Amino acid sequence: MNDVTSRIDSLVRAKPVVLFMKGTQLFPQCGFSSRAVAILDRLGADYETVDVLQDQEVRQGIKAYSDWPTIPQLYVNGEFVGGSDIMMEMYESGELQQLVEAQAQA
Amino acid sequence: MPMAADEIADLIKAALPDAEVTIRDLAGDGDHYAARVVSEAFAGMPRVRQHQLVYRALGGRMGGELHALQLETAVPSNGE
Repeated sequence: MNDVTSRIDSLVRAKPVVLFMKGTQLFPQCGFSSRAVAILDRLGADYETVDVLQDQEVRQGIKAYSDWPTIPQLYVNGEFVGGSDIMMEMYESGELQQLVEAQAQA
Repeated sequence: MPMAADEIADLIKAALPDAEVTIRDLAGDGDHYAARVVSEAFAGMPRVRQHQLVYRALGGRMGGELHALQLETAVPSNGE
């Protein structure tokens, strides 16, 4: 496992719910990241964010890590859940709330 | 160089021949699209895998020359 992969490995496990995004929770730098933050905030989720704009290695590495070409990326319990479209679908169906609440109780 | 909607649909259909692909140009700038892809290939697959199939069909353009593609995937038989 190379350095970037092991670094990303520890980042995705920093908290049960981790969002890799462009910008910060308060100042998202992209509409898709902003949408992802809005969804998690609406759910009242306790989550950590990683600003990929601050780290080119992570920005590129995370795409290979999950085999997913875009940011944002949501991880729950170290598992890749999806990008903002999947988050929105799961939010609308109630699945995301279940997933996040299960973590809060764990 | 932005991508044309037809080009996106053709790439997806090349990888998923049965797919019904609907592309919308969200901003009218040839750079922000929404795609709905309906294919039997998605049956029994988690959403992440379904989207990965479509991204793979786009062959690395996603996140590069194709900046924004809102993606929705579905299986034809799920009540539509």
